[in-house]
Amino acid sequence: MGDILAMLFNTTVFAAAFRMATPLIFAALGGILSERSGVVNIALEGMMLIGSFTAMLVTYLTGMPWVGVLGAMAAGGLIGLIHAVFCVRYRANQVVTGTAINIFAGGLTVFLLRHFFQVAGTSPAVTVIPDITLPILSKIPWIDRILGRQNPLVYLALVAVAVVHVVIYRTTWGLRLRAVGEHPQAADTVGVNVFRMRYIAVVLSGALAGLGGTYLSIAHLSRFSEGMTAGRGFIALAAVIFGKWTPLGALGACLFFGYGDALQMRLQDIGIPTQFMNMLPYVLTMVALAGFIGRAVGPKAAGEPYIKG
Amino acid sequence: MAKVLEMRGITKQFPRVLANDHVYFDLEHGEIHALVGENGSGKSTLMSILYGLYQKDAGEIIVRGQHVEITEPRRAIDLRIGMVFQHFMLVEPLTVAENIVLGSEIRKGPFLDYKKMIAEVRRLSEEYGLQIDPEAKIADLSVGLQQRVEILKALYRGAEILILDEPTAVLTPQEVDDLIQVLRNLKAKGTSIVFITHKIKEVLAVSDRVSVLRRGRKIGTKLTSDTNEQELAEMMVGRVVLLQVEKGSAQPGPEVLRLEGVSVKDQFGQVKVNNVNLSVRSGEVLGIAGVEGNGQSELVEAIAGLRRVSGGKIYLSGQDITGWSPLRIRRAGFGFVPEDRHRRGLVLDYSVADNLILGIHGSKPFVTSAGLRNQGKIGEYAEELIAEYDVRPPVANQAVRNLSGGNQQKVVVAREFAQNPDLLICSQPTRGVDVGAIEFIHKQVIAQRDRGAAVLLVSAELDEVLSLSDRVAVMYNGEIVSVMPIEEATEHKLGFLMLGGRLEDYQAGEVSGSAGQS
Ligand SMILES: Nc1ncnc2c1ncn2[C@@H]1O[C@H](COP(=O)(O)OP(=O)(O)OP(=O)(O)O)[C@@H](O)[C@H]1O
Ligand SMILES: [Mg+2]
Repeated sequence: MGDILAMLFNTTVFAAAFRMATPLIFAALGGILSERSGVVNIALEGMMLIGSFTAMLVTYLTGMPWVGVLGAMAAGGLIGLIHAVFCVRYRANQVVTGTAINIFAGGLTVFLLRHFFQVAGTSPAVTVIPDITLPILSKIPWIDRILGRQNPLVYLALVAVAVVHVVIYRTTWGLRLRAVGEHPQAADTVGVNVFRMRYIAVVLSGALAGLGGTYLSIAHLSRFSEGMTAGRGFIALAAVIFGKWTPLGALGACLFFGYGDALQMRLQDIGIPTQFMNMLPYVLTMVALAGFIGRAVGPKAAGEPYIKG
Repeated sequence: MAKVLEMRGITKQFPRVLANDHVYFDLEHGEIHALVGENGSGKSTLMSILYGLYQKDAGEIIVRGQHVEITEPRRAIDLRIGMVFQHFMLVEPLTVAENIVLGSEIRKGPFLDYKKMIAEVRRLSEEYGLQIDPEAKIADLSVGLQQRVEILKALYRGAEILILDEPTAVLTPQEVDDLIQVLRNLKAKGTSIVFITHKIKEVLAVSDRVSVLRRGRKIGTKLTSDTNEQELAEMMVGRVVLLQVEKGSAQPGPEVLRLEGVSVKDQFGQVKVNNVNLSVRSGEVLGIAGVEGNGQSELVEAIAGLRRVSGGKIYLSGQDITGWSPLRIRRAGFGFVPEDRHRRGLVLDYSVADNLILGIHGSKPFVTSAGLRNQGKIGEYAEELIAEYDVRPPVANQAVRNLSGGNQQKVVVAREFAQNPDLLICSQPTRGVDVGAIEFIHKQVIAQRDRGAAVLLVSAELDEVLSLSDRVAVMYNGEIVSVMPIEEATEHKLGFLMLGGRLEDYQAGEVSGSAGQS
């Protein structure tokens, strides 16, 4: 019994939880921005995957992982722009468009991998973003063992949560964003440009998801492999819902899912199958959607194209 | 006086209707100009053109002497034109202050300056006597308060021309009085107001001039002091209108609806209907008077099977129907005109024909023996009802969404009345409906009664309750506090009871003063 407790509350596991949560956090923040503007984004998975690939490719070409990060964000943003053009301008079904992007991303990355490296499966190794020690955090006992030494992207994810929170709740743009996703016509009648808001939000969403993908290929590992996001985009989406479309809520959900992930290996040792832990995010999402933890109601206009007049 | 606004020869063609046909409309500085007309006569369209939501096909708009093109709401706002919509444009999860400033925020760099926002809303609300809590969430406000927010929204943007599209349709009588006071204040401060309404009494009470539209055309403009109820009603409808319902005395038959100690709780477990006993007989109209929110809606939904009762029994024609499904109750001889036609009454994206057969869409003539829809029969049936109930435009296959409010209501009434139910519940049957349609619906209600239906009428309009009912029940705080024959009901007495006064007190003559403390 004591063994299990020691395992559950182990600083190494906690530290791993933050690492596993990092890609989820970025993508979930992207999901929040997009859905808050009224555009459902199930393309997070594909955007992450393209981000992972681009980060690896750009790093390979330049040798500079931080340039890879920028490249991944640009690529994600571009996919976001495509999603927005279809959903906002042509009023395509957002779920169908998102699914198409996911399939497209899977195919494209495989194709490009072969095209650039003549390999199937896994890319050559590239330079990674090295871990750093944060002087302040590393002085606090216990915390230092979890967050004292981590990848810069892990810290960046936590900063991003705070930034997105402030943007949504404290800025003019955030107020308009919330209005546009909730009641676009009301926003329109007071002169807010619904289409522009949605374009910007979805492009940012793609950039954040791309950033999430970055962590997988040039921080967590040092290479890209086919389908390496492995459903993380959907888990991020689950975190959006579980966190009730708020950055802090989503952070909590991502950390929880990340914790589950980190625990997986150890639980396997005591006979709990991995598949069970993999199921967890989705089961919890269903629980959330069924209203067991209070109402999980998203932005009212999410999923509906806006038609003027 | 100076004209602040002139609209000349405004024309707007929608796919199927000419909504505005060379309409002239003007507004003088500091006047209240009422705009009236039947449902679908083009009032909202004309004002939406002024606010930049629709683009006119022809005509010109002159604001303060300048020719202007209003291509989008932003332009209207810049011209100091504000609009309060028939269906509110408020973002429910946001606060009052956030809604008011949206689009023209008070900022500190990229950030919202909440302190200043709230102070500004406080200042405005004091200046115009529109009390409101700037930090309350819209979703928690009553409809009357939400409307205040809409008005403040316009004033915050510096509106000098204020358009109100049917602002009173959703208000309780008390709230209407408040609103009229607010409009008078605004007028005194120099705001010019366009006031759209279906209620001629309000026109006479508040406006300086009144313009009438009919089928997209301007019929005329009158000084309010030079006209009267009857004349306006005739201008609107184009024929003589009976403002008073004609009905013989009731011939009540056997009891159809019986409620025994019925209690209903809302989704939060609060008791909304408390131990109600009531009986409605065939061939009579029982009216329920009461300020909205005193349990009428919950009571009616419980009878319809849309809400679970937490105690008591409901009998329909002697059968215990407590806990039955809505469909089973309908089949037992029940018709229902719900208070909210959009939420409960119609599938807005379905055609008129499909809405007319909702609920009976699975039965005989509308389904072939192979189990498919019988389009021919559905079409025939719809054409018949459209003609009988004068739904305009008379097109069976267009989406109900594109009909004006009054015509949507006629579709609901047609569907429910055509079934000749034993028990008919009408909740706010004439909300947002024009005088011609009110006359029509009232006639139909009496016709149903005379056919032998038991009619339960719930209405926020005391006039309506008084003119249709044979008996009146007053509901207050979830309880039926009194039931009386129509001969004993007066507006004054009902008003007293509706606010929680006790019958004994009323009879003892202590009528004055103390009743309205709620
Ligand atoms: N977006 C639209 N598309 C097609 N037809 C429309 C549209 N909006 C309004 N109409 C039609 O134009 C006509 C005028 O409608 P409008 O809403 O201006 O009437 P209204 O006078 O405001 O009626 P009400 O009193 O019921 O609100 C109606 O026949 C209506 O069905
Ligand atoms: Mg209208």
